[in-house]
Amino acid sequence: MNFSEVFKLSGLLCKFSPDGKYLASCVQYRLVVRDVNTLQILQLYTCLDQIQHIEWSADSLFILCAMYKRGLVQVWSLEQPEWHCRIDEGSAGLVASCWSPDGRHILNTTEFHLRITVWSLCTKSVSYIKYPKACQQGITFTRDGRYMALAERRDCKDYVSVFVCSDWQLLRHFDTDTQDLAGIEWAPNGCVLAVWDTCLEYKVLLYSLDGRLLSAYCAYEWSLGIKSVAWSPSSQFLAVGSYDGKVRILNHVTWKMITDFEHPATITNPKIVVYKEAEKSPRLALGSLAFPPPRAAAGPLASTESKYEIASVPVALQTLKPVADRANPKIGIGALAFSPDSYFLATRNDNVPNAIWIWDIQKLRLFVVLEQLSPVRSFQWDPQQPRLAICTGGSKVYLWSPAGCVSVQVPGEGEHCPLGGTLANERLSADTHHGSFGALSGT
Amino acid sequence: MGDWMTVTDPGLSSESKNISQNTSETKMSPSSLYSQQVLCSSIPLSKNVHSFFSAFCTEQNIEQSISYLDQELTTFGFPSLYEESKGKETKRELNIVAVLNCMNELLILQRKNLLAQENVETQNLKLGSDMDHLQSCYAKLKEQLETSRREMIGLQERDRQLQCKNRNLHQLLKNEKDEVQKLQNIIASRATQYNHDMKRKEREYNKLKERLHQLVMNKKDKKIAMEVLNYVGRADGKRGSWRTGKTEARNEDEMYKILLNDYEYRQKQILMENAELKKVLQQMKKEMISLLSPQKQKPRERADDGTGTVLSDVEEDAGELNRESMWDLSCETVREQLTNSIRKQWRILKSHVEKLDNQVSKVHLEGFNDEDVISRQDHEQETEKLELEIQQCKEMIKTQQQLLQQLATACDDDTTSLLRDCYLLEEKERLKEEWSLFKEQKKNFEKERRSFTEAAIRLGLERKAFEEERASWLKQQFLNMTTFDHQNSENVKLFSAFSGSSDRDNLTVHSRPQQKKPHSVSNGSPACTSKLTKSLPASPSTSDFCQTRSCVSEHSQRAEYLS
Repeated sequence: MNFSEVFKLSGLLCKFSPDGKYLASCVQYRLVVRDVNTLQILQLYTCLDQIQHIEWSADSLFILCAMYKRGLVQVWSLEQPEWHCRIDEGSAGLVASCWSPDGRHILNTTEFHLRITVWSLCTKSVSYIKYPKACQQGITFTRDGRYMALAERRDCKDYVSVFVCSDWQLLRHFDTDTQDLAGIEWAPNGCVLAVWDTCLEYKVLLYSLDGRLLSAYCAYEWSLGIKSVAWSPSSQFLAVGSYDGKVRILNHVTWKMITDFEHPATITNPKIVVYKEAEKSPRLALGSLAFPPPRAAAGPLASTESKYEIASVPVALQTLKPVADRANPKIGIGALAFSPDSYFLATRNDNVPNAIWIWDIQKLRLFVVLEQLSPVRSFQWDPQQPRLAICTGGSKVYLWSPAGCVSVQVPGEGEHCPLGGTLANERLSADTHHGSFGALSGT
Repeated sequence: MGDWMTVTDPGLSSESKNISQNTSETKMSPSSLYSQQVLCSSIPLSKNVHSFFSAFCTEQNIEQSISYLDQELTTFGFPSLYEESKGKETKRELNIVAVLNCMNELLILQRKNLLAQENVETQNLKLGSDMDHLQSCYAKLKEQLETSRREMIGLQERDRQLQCKNRNLHQLLKNEKDEVQKLQNIIASRATQYNHDMKRKEREYNKLKERLHQLVMNKKDKKIAMEVLNYVGRADGKRGSWRTGKTEARNEDEMYKILLNDYEYRQKQILMENAELKKVLQQMKKEMISLLSPQKQKPRERADDGTGTVLSDVEEDAGELNRESMWDLSCETVREQLTNSIRKQWRILKSHVEKLDNQVSKVHLEGFNDEDVISRQDHEQETEKLELEIQQCKEMIKTQQQLLQQLATACDDDTTSLLRDCYLLEEKERLKEEWSLFKEQKKNFEKERRSFTEAAIRLGLERKAFEEERASWLKQQFLNMTTFDHQNSENVKLFSAFSGSSDRDNLTVHSRPQQKKPHSVSNGSPACTSKLTKSLPASPSTSDFCQTRSCVSEHSQRAEYLS
């Protein structure tokens, strides 16, 4: 694995363009666009205020930069660097901003989630959508970009509105049987909408595109419910992770649970491979250290190399005892992700924060467990192949694929440690495939 | 309980007082003491008592004592002591006989009484001891009863305490349950309260939002604006269109189209899956039928009807289905038929397998029950036997082959002639040897014959001489015969005959068997000639001589014949 030189970044804002050609990053109030292969700066834009959020349009032609404090959104064009666009929400304030799938409309969520303003870059029209719900995942677009589902709350009841993205016509508007809707998500085939309730009540509702309720699923009552939801890319499965430490897989034919995956702290099945990160002993003996130590070597011990060892079953994983009387306890399945071919599901149990569980969906059983030395912060699948990248806040990046796993040291200066990651699409060229990986480190 | 000694014969009266003394010393129960006292009182005979007797009757008051005794005895039923009175005034004479009788009676009575007393006393003693025993038992039992009563009371007390505790615990449990119920109710009420409050707050908040929204909208702040250099074209290059009813309808249509496409796609997938599964089921069915059909040949009572009907059904099914080309149809009846037929086949197969299992287990346990079924062990034995036979046969075949080969190869001229020559050579040599042997023997024979003839000639000559001598001697003897004893002379003759001269008869007797001997012997070996020479004694009589001679001539002839 080759690493580029380190370049400065602020606010963890670094995004690859959807076509994989460019890499946008921002430093304070400047937006830097680089070429992916050479990492040369192609464009440099200056915004009016510190940028809080950047997003590429779907056709990779425009980038929006949102500045929440000022209530401003600025849009830059790659084709025409002199083109500019500025949207000012003024006293309405700005809480969130995103593109529409066609890349020509910007949806701004005003303060207090009063409304969503749809600004068009093609026409002068402005649309307002009232009563959007302030929840974890209130807006979701279908993969083909035709429809948008929006969660609303009116008169203490939850509703979902389906809009046609081309002309923002309200297609369907229906209420959902939820206490307090926490999130909505379209299935990748765009025909089913999954709606889930707050964590106080376990409920998953499945609606068809035309607003009919297909099925409702409730695993148990009273205890804390759903924490995370993920669709499989083939739309065959819906994985629901809950606070009881289980992931329940629903199938698309009957919308009933076909299996549940438990996340116990001890692994006893000998068929499961457990990779444990172990620190390699430092190569340098104390006597051979130069004095004063060179600057590059100065830094926390996290810069020591590590490798994966296969632990023999039974394995006991490190657990974390959650604080009992606080809200949002650190238990349950906090993160779920399917691999792009739907063969694998990666989960993280917040109770066992150092481990990532990888499940084989073909056989519906646990495949691999990776245990790191520090808690896992985020993980992401390669968009094209079943390869998982994990980062734990150390100076290393961990990659797993069915062939094996490897821990890679990210070269950095001492204090900088990777905190997040973003993956680009693989660029298809005549002979080679190569995936680019952007490791973001905090300053 | 005190000891009681065996009651001694009243005759040993001197010990009675001692007894009483002894018994009074040992520990005695009142009953036995009493019995001893009775014993004492019953034994009157003792030296001390004699004085008491003399006190009753003295020389002076004999008449009074007699009359008194008579009175007493008569009152007791005894006959009177006096003789029968002749008159009232005259003195009655003492009837001695009566007295003696009375005395005897009294003695007998006394003895009886003593015996009875003894018995009573022993019984008394026994009863006394029994009573003692019973009293002690009674005491023990009373104690036991007491202790058990106390125990029972203790246990009752404990039981009562435990029951109290139990009741208390039940009460506590009930209280706890009540509390839990109360708390649950509280929680429920609080939850409703919370919801209600939440709703109230949300309503307020909404009102606030509305207010704020109004304010924001009303203000029409110029700041809220979009400033763009120039408007960008649409992504797909087309122009924007007005939102009309048509567009709305179009959107609806599109939405439904998308849904329908998705459903159709899914249905296609499911149809494909169904078709595959149906194929698999059909295959399974066929295979099951093929598995089960060879069994139909063997007559089985139980299975016959079942398989027969089902097979016919299945054939019907197959026929029907093939006719209808069921692959494409997915109607209820066809599906049901398929599943039912599969189920039937599966049941039959299962029962068949179970039957086989049962048979195997039965055979293991019971041995030959069914003709068709051969037990495994016997089967194995048979196979072993057969294998052995086969091996033997093979070996035989091998050897026979070898022999045949030899025979076949024996038809070769060269080898056979060689072999024959070999054999002939052997024969020749053998013959040669024998021939040489024979020649030798012949030579020997010749020699012997010559010697024999010479010997015979000599013998003849000697005989002749001997005969002449004998004749002369006999003449002499005959002349001297009257003087000697006949027997002695014979004996002497015998002896002398053996040595040189003998009687006729004896000699003839001896010579004949001896002559016979050579006859029998000469048939055998040529060696007999030598025997002949040895065994032939000289026979004095002329007839014998002639015989011998003829024998000799015969023998010589024989010898000649032999050579």
